[in-house]
Amino acid sequence: MTRLRSILQALVLLIGTMSAAMAGPYEDALPKLAADSYADTEAAIGLVAGSGHARAMNVVEALRDGRLMVAAGQVYIRDAAGQFVDVATGQAVEPPAGAKPVRVNNRVRRAVEAALGSMTLLSPEPGIRMDAARAVFRSRDAAALPTLERAIAEENDVGVREALESARAAILLNKPDASSSEKLAAIEILHARGDQDALALLSSLSPGTPAEVSDTAAKAADGIRSRLALWSGLQNVWYGISLGSVLLLAAIGLSITFGTMGVINMAHGEMVMIGAYTTFLVQEMIRTHAPGLFGASLFIALPLAFLVAGLIGILIERTVIRFLYGRPLETLLATWGISLILQQGVRTIFGPTNREVGTPAWMSGALELGGLSLTYNRIAIVVFAFAVFAALLLVLRYTSLGLYVRAVTQNRRMAGSMGIRTSRIDALAFGLGSGVAGIAGVALSQIDNVSPNLGQGYIIDSFMVVVFGGVGNLWGTLVGAMTLGIANKLLEPYAGAVLGKIVLLVAIILFIQRRPRGLFALKGRAVEA
Amino acid sequence: MLKMTRRHMMALASAALVSGAVMGTAQAQETIKVGVLHSLSGTMAISETTLKDVMLMLIEEQNKKGGLLGKKLEAVVVDPASNWPLFAEKARELISQNKVSAVFGCWTSVSRKSVLPVFKELNSILFYPVQYEGEESERNVFYTGAAPNQQAIPAVDYLAKEEKVERWVLAGTDYVYPRTTNKILEAYLKSKGVKSEDIMINYTPFGHSDWQTIVADIKKFGSAGKKTAVVSTINGDANVPFYKELANQGVKATDIPVVAFSVGEEELAGIDTKPLVGHLAAWNYFQSVDTPDNKAFIEKWKAFTKNDKRVTNDPMEAHVIGFNMWVKAVEKAGSTDPDKVIDAIVGVEVPNLTGGVSKMLPNHHITKPVLIGEIKEDGQFETVSQTDALVPGDAWSKYLDGSKDLIADWKDLKCGNYNTVTKKCGA
Repeated sequence: MTRLRSILQALVLLIGTMSAAMAGPYEDALPKLAADSYADTEAAIGLVAGSGHARAMNVVEALRDGRLMVAAGQVYIRDAAGQFVDVATGQAVEPPAGAKPVRVNNRVRRAVEAALGSMTLLSPEPGIRMDAARAVFRSRDAAALPTLERAIAEENDVGVREALESARAAILLNKPDASSSEKLAAIEILHARGDQDALALLSSLSPGTPAEVSDTAAKAADGIRSRLALWSGLQNVWYGISLGSVLLLAAIGLSITFGTMGVINMAHGEMVMIGAYTTFLVQEMIRTHAPGLFGASLFIALPLAFLVAGLIGILIERTVIRFLYGRPLETLLATWGISLILQQGVRTIFGPTNREVGTPAWMSGALELGGLSLTYNRIAIVVFAFAVFAALLLVLRYTSLGLYVRAVTQNRRMAGSMGIRTSRIDALAFGLGSGVAGIAGVALSQIDNVSPNLGQGYIIDSFMVVVFGGVGNLWGTLVGAMTLGIANKLLEPYAGAVLGKIVLLVAIILFIQRRPRGLFALKGRAVEA
Repeated sequence: MLKMTRRHMMALASAALVSGAVMGTAQAQETIKVGVLHSLSGTMAISETTLKDVMLMLIEEQNKKGGLLGKKLEAVVVDPASNWPLFAEKARELISQNKVSAVFGCWTSVSRKSVLPVFKELNSILFYPVQYEGEESERNVFYTGAAPNQQAIPAVDYLAKEEKVERWVLAGTDYVYPRTTNKILEAYLKSKGVKSEDIMINYTPFGHSDWQTIVADIKKFGSAGKKTAVVSTINGDANVPFYKELANQGVKATDIPVVAFSVGEEELAGIDTKPLVGHLAAWNYFQSVDTPDNKAFIEKWKAFTKNDKRVTNDPMEAHVIGFNMWVKAVEKAGSTDPDKVIDAIVGVEVPNLTGGVSKMLPNHHITKPVLIGEIKEDGQFETVSQTDALVPGDAWSKYLDGSKDLIADWKDLKCGNYNTVTKKCGA
């Protein structure tokens, strides 16, 4: 008898849970997902996330990755192998005909982020918990509060705990029924966080906030503002250094061809462009033949870009420029003609549109350093620019080629009398300058368009740097590039990009009037030559 | 030396053209000539070369259908080389030497302004396929791209309604199109109750490549606790470094969306679009629009260019509409005489590629649907909003003081800038 009763009870319970499962939020969400309208999808995400269902996580992740499919009112998850799983039953099924991914827009994306955040707060991986904390910080979803409290209590990692606490602070500050003391504690945490996101939260309190809370928040916001103002000065200097290193890269090859050889090389920018296109070709080869090497693609492109641009440089020197030494106007016009030919040549071969050069994963993202945000690709370019500069300095100072180049530029006839084949040195030096421009192209492909016009944007700036720094002096080029870069970036926030550039140009014109030979003028015989 | 080189190249090019034209006349006496005035070299080649190809395809196709008025069509292609004064010279060459019946061309507003006097003087027809700043209506020009009320204003409305945006960054390249568009948008936003301190306007030079400061400023502007969006009229090459910097500084579409008026499929083909997913663009056409007409067009385009990866974009559709309208108008008038075509074309209706029927209006603008799309990972757009009906293009903006009383009507009033208050033309 008792046995029968217990069986009956179990049965009732089972039916109970089954029917509950049939009508749970997870099941309610499925027809909404199948409807495939943005508003329904958004509502469905909330239901799924709150359902606690075993497959809830898979559904939201599939939606994020565009793998949540709809066919004939049924919702499926497609896995990486292309297998379909029915979301309602969890059974693998034959791929249904006409399956389409559920459409996603920014609103849905935000909801997915928030849902994933609240669902992964208790994940065993600290990295995932960190992302979850950030997602909850952005979404400020009060429903996540209980889980958040639990996560904070269990958290061992200091960094993650901080992120979790600021997420809680963000929620509490926006929660109408949170007490004043909770809100004040939240303001304290956000003040300590001290970044732009915290500032945004502190300066957007809801209208009904008590006066003491809003006063404290205003004070904290002011504190953050003045701290950020200090950092932004430093940040501008960093932007200046990074712009300066781009200018340095673009100009350093020119400082050899123009600076030491005296050739007004208008095709210099096209050497940069050729370097960038070499990078594009290398990446295309890697994409099709060895995708695993993609992270190293730039390193493979460097020597190739140097060779290709250098050889083209030597070719130009041998066929055109060597007949024009000592005739600056003709050189200027001839090299400009060459630059047009090269541009149109590249346009004919590769088409007029931009080519896509990918950024390796290690160069994406930003490093947060106090209040500074340093993007990895800019760090890489700054380091690279200085490395190229140092290498070129060493080549000119310590190799026999460098010695010959210096000898020829200082006194061509004397060097010739000493047995140096001056014309060969001319060609090699021009090749060196062009090759360095090619290397610059590899770096610039990371931040600019890879199009036939790439070089044009840099040619004026390059000449400005070399002339300003002092013709014939590598150090002058370095100081000139950095000065122009930093001055430009310090001016820009006040004058705007257009006016800033004009102001800088005028300043350079005035400077050249006072010191026609630039910052670091060469002294001695080379000047008279 | 340089001048020599360029002159040589030009001479060569025009020699080739002239010989082509001569041969054309020798072989078939009766052809109707169509001028194609798009830059094939220089900075604008990146955008305009595609439009030249579209025109060639459309003309070839029309010839397969038996031509026009029983005659074959013949394309006369010239290269104004992204050089604004050269646009005027080449336009004159097309009209007076090659005797073309209509010209399809120009991209930048400054090139259009440069050819306007030529088309007026020689009384010919220009079809202009690019979205522009409005504030213009000429008897000899047909504007098949979007006017501001067919692109900029619906985009801002979408952001305000769907994304609840309250703070606006208007970022543009420093020339006439962004300046006028931003002036209209600023007046429009203020009329909707947006305060001056919630609007930030920023201009950058052509080809600007260092966006670090500006992106940081945008981030700062966006941290005032109100939802912020960027309305971008940044043009051409400057877009790639702008989007790259946005991605690097971690500005995501879910935080600060950017809606662009000059970024289409063609521009996105040169960028790694993964970090840009969710940023928006407003156009009247997307390649991803799922209609039978569009599908057929894309197939024809890929076959014509013999390249499976070629994308289609909005100005291409504008040329398709413009060309079909011109063909219909010529058939209706029974002649290619510009005066007759100008009279016949108003009211002509042709299907566009997004499933509607566009109509030429008396102000020489056309009706178009407005589509807002979000960038997808594959560089295409997902349409997230589309107007129910087609929107007629306004030549003169309702939101600017100088132009709100003006209308253009070439049918009854025969005037491009009729003042409805003073009842005078040209005020």
